[in-house]
Amino acid sequence: MTRISLWALSTLSVLVLLFGYHTSTEGAATAAAPPAAYSGTLAGTTDPTTDPTSSGSTSDGSTSSGTSAGTSTTYTGDSAQTQWGPVQVEVSVADGTITAVQVLQYPSGNGKDAEINGYALPILVQSTLDAQSADIDMVSGATVTSVGYAQSLQSALDQAGL
Amino acid sequence: MSTPWRAVAQVMGLPVSVALRGRHAGDRTGQDAWAAVVAELREVDRVFSTYRADSVVSRLDSGELTLAEAPREVHEVLALGEQARVESAGAFDVRRRTATRTLRLDPSGVVKGWAVQRASAHLTALPDTDFCLGGGGDLAAHVADPGDPAWQVGIEDPRDPSRLVARVPLRRGAVATSGSAHRGAHVVDARTGRAPVGVASVTVVAGDLTWADIDATAAYAMGLDGLDWLRARPGRCGLVVLDDGTTHAFAVRPPEAA
Repeated sequence: MTRISLWALSTLSVLVLLFGYHTSTEGAATAAAPPAAYSGTLAGTTDPTTDPTSSGSTSDGSTSSGTSAGTSTTYTGDSAQTQWGPVQVEVSVADGTITAVQVLQYPSGNGKDAEINGYALPILVQSTLDAQSADIDMVSGATVTSVGYAQSLQSALDQAGL
Repeated sequence: MSTPWRAVAQVMGLPVSVALRGRHAGDRTGQDAWAAVVAELREVDRVFSTYRADSVVSRLDSGELTLAEAPREVHEVLALGEQARVESAGAFDVRRRTATRTLRLDPSGVVKGWAVQRASAHLTALPDTDFCLGGGGDLAAHVADPGDPAWQVGIEDPRDPSRLVARVPLRRGAVATSGSAHRGAHVVDARTGRAPVGVASVTVVAGDLTWADIDATAAYAMGLDGLDWLRARPGRCGLVVLDDGTTHAFAVRPPEAA
């Protein structure tokens, strides 16, 4: 519980992505009709071009809070039709960097989709989050052995009964 | 939606976690299904563990047992391993070369995802019940009614495992992540025997955990080439985090429905 409260940092947000959405860095790949493959490439909050050695939550947090008060502009993407249904996102950009992404619309699971695809739409909503505010059920990460388990996020979720 | 019922067991040297929602969450039927999952995984460990000298795999490796004598599931796992080797152009291989240049049989890269996927059938069989079943950082999820809320899966930040780098809403499918955050370098490119460089973690979302796990491991083993390989894998999506902190998402259409 202590660790969970530590994760409850106020600044998160950050990056990005999901189906049918293309960042400016790969804008040329965007077509009017849904292409066979969707892809997006996004820089993290730790901008590798300006600070290649920095990583971790401290610099992330300060960067996010700094830019959010600056010249942030919000863009609402077109509703993109995917084979799973419509997807629409809202993106906040500051100084050419995506600082936040919100999913306005995404397909709800329905029997037809589940049947056709074998699994319902997985959407990656990328952002640096603390587990509690994100209401996470389970965590996927690099193989956690029993020894490392006590340190893992999943362990905390299990203990908290979230 | 009420708080899921949860349980954890240590099997195959890994923490295996379950979350159940719905009719059989926490009742006797649900707990029996969970017990069946754990029992099946313990049996898998007895057959496949490379840490047990008396496992089928260890005895195959030592020549004490022939393939013809091995149980059906060993053939199944080795066939998956061979398919993965071919599809990954050799980056993934259940036979690894040791420092002394001898070939050792180590199907662990297939077994975990395959075993958890197979064991999850005990939970799929629970009527009106949703489950999320995780094994050592990989998981399979299912909702009984496609209209049920999705399970929310957090993707660990490989640079800071106390945080999440992404979130995946998942109704029916699987998520697997390969990287070195917890165990250090344990995945190598089978062609070179070397650990990948430049990639912090690879997360693959797919229809079943067998292939989500194989693809995540294979792509991670390929290092910086893994992303291009994933972008040609139908029916998968996911996320690659590079050592420099950049994050690359991909998603590829599933094959056309038959």
